[in-house]
Amino acid sequence: MERSFFARNPSALIFIACLAGFTLLITVLAEGFGADVISTSMVKTLGKTLCLCLIAIAMDLVWGYCGILSLGHFAFFGLGGYMLGMWLMFERTKEIVVSSMANAPLPPTAQEIRDGIGTQIFGVVGGSEIPGIWLFADSLFAQLALVVLVPGLLALVFGWLAFRSRVTGVYLSILTQAMTLALALYLFQNDSGLRGNNGLSGLQNLPGADAIPQSTMSIWFLWASAAALALGYLLAAWIVGGKFGSVIRGIRDDEARVRFLGYNVEGYKLFIFTVTAVIAAIAGALYYPQAGIINPAEIAPIASIYLAVWVAIGGRGRIYGAVIGAAFVSLVSTWFTGGQAPDIPLGFYTIKWVDWWLILLGLSFVAVTLFAPKGIGGLFDLIEGRIAPNRHGADLGPDMSALREKEASE
Amino acid sequence: MFRTLLIALRLATLWLALGFAALAQDAPLQSVLQDNRAGFEKPSRKTVDGVIAALLDAQLPNAPAFLTRWREKEVWQRKEDKLFFYARDNGDKTYTLIDVDTGAEDGPYDKKALKQLKPNSGVRGVIATALVVFQLTDPDPAVREAGLTAIERGPEASHLAALRGSTEGEDVPALKARKQRLERLLTITYDKDSAARVAAIESFAGDLGVDARAALNPLLTTTRRASAERPADINVAAVLAPGIDLPRAEAYALLVEAGLAPPQITAAERKAALIANIENGAIAGTPIHTLNTDAARDATYAKLAAAGLVAEPVDTAFIDAALADNVFFDAYDEPDTAVTTAAAATLEAIEMRVGLNQMADLALDGLSLASIYFLAAIGLAITFGVMGVINMAHGEFIMMGAYTGYVIQQVIPDYTVSIIVAIPVAFAVTFAAGVAMERLVIRWLYNRPLETLLATFGISIALQQLAKNIFGTQARPLTSPGWLDGALVINDVVSISYIRIAIFVLSLIFLVVLLFILNRTRLGLEVRAVTQNPRMAASMGINPDRINMLTFGLGSGIAGIAGVAIGLYAKVTSELGADYIVQSFMTVVVGGVGNIWGTLFGATMIGFLQKGIEWLNPSNTLAAQTYMIIFIIIFIQFRPKGIIALKGRAAGD
Repeated sequence: MERSFFARNPSALIFIACLAGFTLLITVLAEGFGADVISTSMVKTLGKTLCLCLIAIAMDLVWGYCGILSLGHFAFFGLGGYMLGMWLMFERTKEIVVSSMANAPLPPTAQEIRDGIGTQIFGVVGGSEIPGIWLFADSLFAQLALVVLVPGLLALVFGWLAFRSRVTGVYLSILTQAMTLALALYLFQNDSGLRGNNGLSGLQNLPGADAIPQSTMSIWFLWASAAALALGYLLAAWIVGGKFGSVIRGIRDDEARVRFLGYNVEGYKLFIFTVTAVIAAIAGALYYPQAGIINPAEIAPIASIYLAVWVAIGGRGRIYGAVIGAAFVSLVSTWFTGGQAPDIPLGFYTIKWVDWWLILLGLSFVAVTLFAPKGIGGLFDLIEGRIAPNRHGADLGPDMSALREKEASE
Repeated sequence: MFRTLLIALRLATLWLALGFAALAQDAPLQSVLQDNRAGFEKPSRKTVDGVIAALLDAQLPNAPAFLTRWREKEVWQRKEDKLFFYARDNGDKTYTLIDVDTGAEDGPYDKKALKQLKPNSGVRGVIATALVVFQLTDPDPAVREAGLTAIERGPEASHLAALRGSTEGEDVPALKARKQRLERLLTITYDKDSAARVAAIESFAGDLGVDARAALNPLLTTTRRASAERPADINVAAVLAPGIDLPRAEAYALLVEAGLAPPQITAAERKAALIANIENGAIAGTPIHTLNTDAARDATYAKLAAAGLVAEPVDTAFIDAALADNVFFDAYDEPDTAVTTAAAATLEAIEMRVGLNQMADLALDGLSLASIYFLAAIGLAITFGVMGVINMAHGEFIMMGAYTGYVIQQVIPDYTVSIIVAIPVAFAVTFAAGVAMERLVIRWLYNRPLETLLATFGISIALQQLAKNIFGTQARPLTSPGWLDGALVINDVVSISYIRIAIFVLSLIFLVVLLFILNRTRLGLEVRAVTQNPRMAASMGINPDRINMLTFGLGSGIAGIAGVAIGLYAKVTSELGADYIVQSFMTVVVGGVGNIWGTLFGATMIGFLQKGIEWLNPSNTLAAQTYMIIFIIIFIQFRPKGIIALKGRAAGD
């Protein structure tokens, strides 16, 4: 008799309980709903952080469990945001155009409305035609499907090309980074059809929901993000918990050996790569309506590297580690760069955290890599007092798995 | 125009005769001026030619000076005796008069007693033309050259005769060649004789000069026109078939413009007409709220037209008939067929040669870009390629080198000396930084490449922010020495700046030095041994720690020198290195890891490829980079180990 899912993953239950408690607490304290202690912008920041935790789970799956250091997952995150942003912007602009034409002597034709939308959206890049990629922008369901399909297909094609030619390790990292750079550069062009470096804006206004105040909307998005994070966590726990999880950990630790055992390594990797891309895209689709604006700078290669930083600091190879890392680093980062951290006067020089935060982050990242490969998540091992016994054949863990074959066996 | 020509001819003869002209009177210029007093007092575009001709006929040596000052509004007239003088402003509303012939001073006179001659711009233009002729025959070659430059800037028909008149007597060969070339160029544009123009046009076949193309291109400008039948007296470039060579809407617009067809009703006009006819919430019986489709609006408009309230709409059948009945063609603005034919043929020959030269220019550009990528990637080829350590902070070492160069330029003001000092100092600084990084971080992470990547990335963001804190966010200049300014110009199409040549030479030196170190020195031997098998190397008495440290230092030091070179032609910012890091890794990966030659091939391929894509789509360098990266991703599918792949045990895995 197999044990139940939650018996095998006690952390999942704890995590979901914590998440539910957190969401409830915020809801009760929030501006629009309850005690009016937490401002709407803070609620939005927390909602965005939950989305970042979700993409961190995706990163942990692909890197911490499968050993693929992808520096391209923020590209999928951004693409997801763009796909939903297109619908938000198109419908919102349509409302504005229709209301502005309502008082005209003749009722507008469909073409006139379309021209009006085109001028409104693309005037800023010197165009008025609606490009072909906006074909489905008037349909929420089509764009929701595209949120999943576009990044999923991109990941599928890219992964298929990369894995079938056995590009691994740092080469794969560089290749994913190049893909991200290519996508960012492409979107930076004005004629890419997505408004170049202006990006899509005004995404915080849901079409047809003018009557609902932002304070209420932010709580809704917080709930949606929390639900997505919980589902993502369960999915990830389910994927890594079973036999499938054993195989992908095997691939991480010794790809050649798994291949010789008869597993289709490329298929497993491709599956993980694509699934995590889709999770990242969903996280992006929830993130950008809260952020309100998306532009190509968001998906520059550096963003994906920061993602790796979060996961490494949180502790890879454990799902809650990724969540803790993303939440901790992004909130601390907001605190430091927002100018809220107190300056430190040294007499001859005053340390302003706005300037010095990145240096602190970079150096602490080096320190974590060198001295605490398990990250913050490693602390839980100390609390539970269950440091993994040194047995042959046990999971080497993510830090050891990166060892090359010979050293790992020593 | 003809009169101006005449003057020019007279001027040319006048100048030759000047030497023999005898001064009969004490004030010859003043007397000429007085003879044509009315013309000087109130010159107009029409009368000024006669006045200038009279002045020139007198063959006076001080006429050019007078013309110049007249044009500059420095000639005044004394009211009491109507005599003309030059004047000097004394500042207190009085003027000292200077005699136009003798230069004798007179005065001061109150401003009210004088009248300034103010020729209008048209008159000044005529004077300038007359002056050019003087310049072309001036004894001083510098003045003649200035005259030629003036003609090149603003050629006019009147210059042609002057040029022809002055070419014969020109004794400086360079100026003579220039005059002859200019004469041919002006012949193309201004000569009346068709045969002479054709000869001049054909003489430019294969000429790469921008001026030749500038003279030829206007001859081939066309105007798109429509008429009922093909006209006989017009120089037609091409007959256009509507719907094939010419969009139907455009063709019909031409007909409307030529008055051969009534204008089509546009959507906006239709809407305006409909709005104008609204009565009680309906138009011609149709309720307004139904008019939200084009078909409904068309139908309603037709009803209005039938009632005679608006103009009849033009239907498709009518347009078809109108397009079929008329001829559409491109007509040359130049009426002479022989000239346009010759110009087209000559331009084609020129374009052919220009194309070939552009290819050469592109190849030079590609080579220069390749050498920049090579320079940026060569340090990486050692640390990543030979040692297998992935150093994301490599770009920051390049930046560090560039800032070192900047700081040294602040200390040593002489650019040549400061660059010579900067190169070894930059090497030393980044060598030290590299060794420190290897000792403190990287050596704990050997064999864990992904973690090395992340740790060095942490160092990279810290270094970048540190540079921002120290030097600020704005770009710092790294000025190149004067002897590197300018460009090596081979012809009007092919040129390359000296800085790029210097970078190319520098990268060649790097290539040779590195190949020498790795293949011919003890250090190189030890590096290769440690790379292939550290334990075996250690048992042979090599200290792998020391070798790793030195190799990493060498790679970082080279990045520093590359930083100085790159800083010379790009602005130094804290993001300088980050801009090159992805391309550098691409270069190494495409070329093949573990091989200096591979990096060379990788850089060459990426450099030429990027320039090639930019050439196909010159307006968009962003797109060029995008396509190049996609190409590289596909390239790695076919050669995952790069152009030069290590084989056997050296390959590592």
